[in-house]
Amino acid sequence: MSPDPGSARGNPSHERAEPLLGIEDLSVSFRTDRGTVRAVHGVSLAVSAGETLAIVGESGSGKSVTALSILGLLGDAGSVDSGRIVFDGRDLLALDDDAIRDIRGDRIAMIFQEPMSSLNPVLTVGKQVAEPIRLHRRVPWREAYARATELLERVRIPDAAHRLGDYPHHFSGGMRQRVMIAMALACQPRLIIADEPTTALDVTVQAQILALLKELTREADSALILITHDLGVVARYADRVAVMYAGRIVETAPAGTLYAAPAHPYTEGLMASIPGVDGAIGARLPTIEGQPPDLAGLPPGCPFAPRCQHALDTCRTVPPPLERVGDRHFRACYRDG
Amino acid sequence: MSEAALPRIAGVSAGPPGRLAALWEFLARLGREKPLGAAGGIVFLVFLLCGIFADVLAPYGINETNLAVRLQPPSLDYPLGTDHLGRDVLSRILKGAQLSMIVSFVAAGLATVVSLVIGVVSGYFGGRTDMVMQRGVDAWMTFPDLVLLIVIVSVVGPGIPQIVLVLGLLYGIAGSRIVRGAVVSVKENMYTHAAQSIGARTFHVLRRHIVPNVMPVLIVLFTTRIGAVILTEAGLSFLGLGVPPPAPTWGAMLSGTGRTYMYLGPWLALAPGLCLTIVVYAINVYGDALRDLLDPRMRGTQ
Repeated sequence: MSPDPGSARGNPSHERAEPLLGIEDLSVSFRTDRGTVRAVHGVSLAVSAGETLAIVGESGSGKSVTALSILGLLGDAGSVDSGRIVFDGRDLLALDDDAIRDIRGDRIAMIFQEPMSSLNPVLTVGKQVAEPIRLHRRVPWREAYARATELLERVRIPDAAHRLGDYPHHFSGGMRQRVMIAMALACQPRLIIADEPTTALDVTVQAQILALLKELTREADSALILITHDLGVVARYADRVAVMYAGRIVETAPAGTLYAAPAHPYTEGLMASIPGVDGAIGARLPTIEGQPPDLAGLPPGCPFAPRCQHALDTCRTVPPPLERVGDRHFRACYRDG
Repeated sequence: MSEAALPRIAGVSAGPPGRLAALWEFLARLGREKPLGAAGGIVFLVFLLCGIFADVLAPYGINETNLAVRLQPPSLDYPLGTDHLGRDVLSRILKGAQLSMIVSFVAAGLATVVSLVIGVVSGYFGGRTDMVMQRGVDAWMTFPDLVLLIVIVSVVGPGIPQIVLVLGLLYGIAGSRIVRGAVVSVKENMYTHAAQSIGARTFHVLRRHIVPNVMPVLIVLFTTRIGAVILTEAGLSFLGLGVPPPAPTWGAMLSGTGRTYMYLGPWLALAPGLCLTIVVYAINVYGDALRDLLDPRMRGTQ
């Protein structure tokens, strides 16, 4: 699988510009029945306007938790232990409830992974798309509905004006996700966080939705954080990639570089386990040995060490720091080259 | 909540465009799938109409005594006979229906509001708030209903307002469990998180996203509570703690003239007794049918 040429080209603006969102050394933990579990461990990330950053990892790698902490939606059980999340010059973690609420849905919007349950079944689609506009712009319903119609047209829902009065169950999964995208775009946010936006959809629909999302965010020069476990998605739509494992970033690089030269054994393992169309029929797909990490009982060293073929003695005692290995390419691994 | 259940709920508490159509569709479904429940609904409706038009329908005044016709068995002039003072039993039954209806609607309404407030606050906010409130509910529910009622009514004295208040609180607190359960499951739905992610305030989330989705539960709760309140009020009246005389409540008719003159005029006990039984039974089967059709947790058990 080769990277999309478009992603390598990237957007020149994010080379010079101050990043729109900067996460610095973020750590998040959750209280569970088995004690406190650290879900995110010293994560630093940056996204610029017009850029698409993919956060890749398996379930429990901390990718969704990172996203939720940007919006302050961790819930009662989760808490940020340390770090800063700077958005447009402001530390989101330092804001009070009212201030962060003003940002949610207005400056930063989120798209969730389940279009089937992300829409309220008893409200019309028009009402739901108009909701963020009503919340943040204080315009009359008529105006909000007009804007909702425009938005539904932009996400290419046929006959948008007549579908405002329909309920979510009148829409297919892909159409519902388009509605979610329309909701997210409602207030022209600077940053859109899409948490596995296509996981629940058919493969053909997946591609349409992602292409639409990418196109609309680029048009508005917004930043997009795409959270996924699918490296195929990353290849086509992301400018830059951060690979997470057990709450840490293990490798980050421009999408093209990551594909051409993955530098962390976990990333290599992920790449190897993507089924290709050219693979021999009946051939076994390579897998990463061992079990996904148990966050409540992580080893002292590198969290991937127990599953790593190249693990050294130091790997099992001291976690490797994130080090530069190339142009905008970082990894957390002791292995040579 | 399974996703397949969503369209069904939507069909019931639907918004403006399809509201009337959805109601018809729902009634048709009630008749088709739950004929007994539909029959219960019709009886319930007749009871309501009797209550509303009691003053028009009653052939005689409720306290119109006529000693010349005391203890008459049912006849064309007196369809349900007369009592020991020559009062028309049918007129009194109709007035009793009205009293039962007023008491039960107000008390069940109050109970539903109490359930909603406790259930939503406890279920939505969770954590320590939930813990404290639920232990309070537990403590309250350790007292048997009737004992609590007798104690309160003996202290404050009988009368419609206190009975409504006490029954409303009693059933409201008990019902809050059911609402809380529904809220907890609705809260876990993605759209609640989505609403928070667009910057909605807590009150907005509750009003627009939580409450409309627990509506089916509230409707069922309200309906079944009406039956329960009628029965409990009759019980209190039977014990002399209900709506004070001379108001002709069914419970009082049963315990007063009904019991005293049981052998001379069995219709005096039969009329209020049968009315109570039929109306409460009808409301219960109707409530059960509603629950089966509305409550997604009951799906697949039909």
